[in-house]
Formats: sequence, structure tokens, C-alpha cells
Amino acid sequence: MEELRNRAKQLLEAKTVDVVIGYGETLNNKIKAVFIRKPEDAVKLVYDERCTQNLGVYLTKHEVKHFGKPAIVASVSTMRTVLQLCSEKQVKDDGVLVLGVTLEGKFLEFPTFKTVETFMEKGVQPIPAKDLELMAKIETMSLDERWAFWQEELQKCTKCYACRASCPMCYCNRCMVDYNQPQWISVPSTEIGNLEWHLMRAMHLAGRCVNCGECGRACPQEIPIHLLTFKASEEAQNQFGAVAGLSSTMPSTLSSWKPNDKENFIQ
Amino acid sequence: MEVFEPKIVAFVCNWCTYAGADLTGTSRIKYATNVKIIRFPCTGRIDFMLLMKALSNGADGIIVSGCHPNDCHYTSGNFHARRRWMMFRGVASYLGIDLRRITFSWVSAAEGAKWAEVVNKATDEITKLGPNEAYVKTAKKFQSMDN
Ligand code: SF4
Ligand code: SF4
Repeated sequence: MEELRNRAKQLLEAKTVDVVIGYGETLNNKIKAVFIRKPEDAVKLVYDERCTQNLGVYLTKHEVKHFGKPAIVASVSTMRTVLQLCSEKQVKDDGVLVLGVTLEGKFLEFPTFKTVETFMEKGVQPIPAKDLELMAKIETMSLDERWAFWQEELQKCTKCYACRASCPMCYCNRCMVDYNQPQWISVPSTEIGNLEWHLMRAMHLAGRCVNCGECGRACPQEIPIHLLTFKASEEAQNQFGAVAGLSSTMPSTLSSWKPNDKENFIQ
Repeated sequence: MEVFEPKIVAFVCNWCTYAGADLTGTSRIKYATNVKIIRFPCTGRIDFMLLMKALSNGADGIIVSGCHPNDCHYTSGNFHARRRWMMFRGVASYLGIDLRRITFSWVSAAEGAKWAEVVNKATDEITKLGPNEAYVKTAKKFQSMDN
């Protein structure tokens, strides 16, 4: 932690970056995101096992961009976020200094996105065992059981859109659910509207989700909605060999195609 | 007993399948009348949300059809669509949506007979499956809330 604070201080003093996005503590010892802009504030940075939020969500925020060049405290999911955002032209190439934390908890600084890509070759963050277990369970369910399972889960959704707000890949200025002409998704929480909302969310994140799990953690109703985008990631990998967040130049999975994309259902 | 006549909505592209369906008609080929055709500029335009809207408005089945690969009027619209459907099917079936109700096909402007075949097959399949109950029930709840 000292290492991180010192390095942040140095970077701000040397004006290498204008803001360090990291974790800090609130007055009642909860973790929150902090945006450090003065070298003397670098002592406010903390890093421990409570720091789970994917801070990548702030990189595309207007208010944060306004600060200037950022450095970001990045878990492996956040590193993937940065690369994916770059491939989608949402951050400039090498426009973010990545202060990485490896899976073993070691601090590692990445001067360029190329070096992040090289690091990613060693492997991405594993999907938590609890999620894998539930995913495997859903896979073995019959169609009716799946329908019942998701109806049961999704009826809890209050349409608060915390999942959308917490997701670093949901950066559209205007989301399709906010349109009312035509209205694609019902405003109140209704069974069919909730189903459509979550199908749409998964489809719009398909091949872009970096499996950080933030949406599931953000959901106040504890709906395992991250499994839907995890499933979409799995499909992207199995069907198109595309894994999000490994490269800063990869083409978008669903806005590109190959003449030999293999399916078995078109008559 | 009343015979179940499924309502099928077909989303087709203007350049191939719509022209193909026209040919079915001008060739005087008879086929199931359960299908309502909606014409789109290209399969690339057929968003999955349109299918969802058809289902929630009471369609028992859906057909999505367009030009064969390499035949797209806009070069690559159908390639984009193909990827989207491949993904859609994965996610939709994970949510418990019955994919047997959604038929995908390539029908060119010269394949009038194939169009009749596709529609007849889909109609048979959906007649066997019966009305789209789980979905309609859920959608009805939505409508009653609306009123
Ligand atoms: S969909 Fe969820 S798991 Fe995927 S990138 Fe967004 S927040 Fe992370
Ligand atoms: S965070 Fe949870 S309750 Fe809120 S909209 Fe997303 S799924 Fe629904």
C-alpha cells in the first residue's frame, strides 16, 4: 500500500498524470472510489481485499475525463476493461497509466497498453467458483426450468439500473432502455419487460463483457445477472474465438464477421 | 374442438426472401396462410428486440429470413445478422426462451418453392408445440398492469 501511495505521489508531482483513480476509505470505513489530484492527497489511497469495484467505469465519465490524463489502480478485470475500452475507441491508446495489481496481489506498473496485453497472455481472472457452480446448474436445466429460474430471479428486478451504472462497458450517452419513442423496454418492473431488459443488456454486452462481475455485485436485489453476460462471453469465445479485453485493437465481436462463421440452425 | 392456427410473423429482407415469397405467389404455389410477412431493407436491420416484441404481442412463432451468404444486397448485412443470431440463440435459450419457435433461413429471390417449404415446416412445428403459453401468460400480466 505504501508503495502505491508513494508511486501515486511521484506521478502527480512529476505531472506524469493529472489524476489517480483508486480506492479510499469513507468516514465509517467503507471503501469508495477516490480521485487523487494533489500529491499530498496520495496518502488517502488504500488497497486491500475490500477493494473489489471495477474502477474502469470512471474512465469514460465526462467529469473524470475533464481532469486530464488518469492513472488507475487496476485489478486484472480493470486491466481488461482498459484494453477493451481502447479497442472500442473510448480511451486513447496509452491514454491511461495502469497501476496494476496481479492476481497474487503484487503491484505492477504498466507504462503502455502493449505491456498490459503481454501480461494478459499469462491468463485472465478466474470466474468465482460460486458462479461457475450456478452456471453449470443452469446449463443442465430443462427449458422450462430455466424459464422458471429466471422468471423467479428477474421478477425481483426493480429497474434501478445499478447494473448498467456499474458496468464499465455501459457507456452509451443514451441507453436504449431510456428511449420512449419507440419504447423498447417497459418503464415499470414487469415480467416481460424485465426479461427483455436483461436479454437486451446481455446482447449489447455480448463479446464486450470483461467478466468483472461488477453488475452482479451492484444489484441491490442480488440477482445473478452477471451470469447472463458471462454466458454471452462464453458464446463469443466458443463460437467466434473472441475474448474481450485481451487486446487494445481487437475488432468488436458483434460488429464484425467472418465468411466462415459456423452455425447449424439456418435452413 | 377449435383447431389451433398458429400466428407466425416473418421478418424478411427486401432483396431476397421478400422477392422469393413474391415468386411463391406468382408461381401459384399454395402454402400455409398463418404467416404475416414484414419486409425489412436487410437482415442486418432485424434487431432481436423486434422478435421479442412479436412474441410479447402474441406471435406463436417467428421466421427470420434473408439472402444467402455472399448474396447480400449490401454485401455483409446477412453476415452481421448471422453472428447476431448465433449469439442471440445462446443467450435466449439460457433465459428459457423456446428456440423451436424461431426459424432462421436463407431464401433467395429464385427460391419460391423453398419459401413455401420453410413456412409449411414452421407452421407444422408450431402447431405441434401449441400456443406460446408461458410467454403469453407473462405478457398478459404486463397488459393488465398497463390498463
Ligand atoms: S456486464 Fe457485468 S461483468 Fe460484464 S463488464 Fe459489465 S459489469 Fe463487468
Ligand atoms: S441492478 Fe438489479 S434490480 Fe437494478 S436494474 Fe439491474 S438487475 Fe434490476
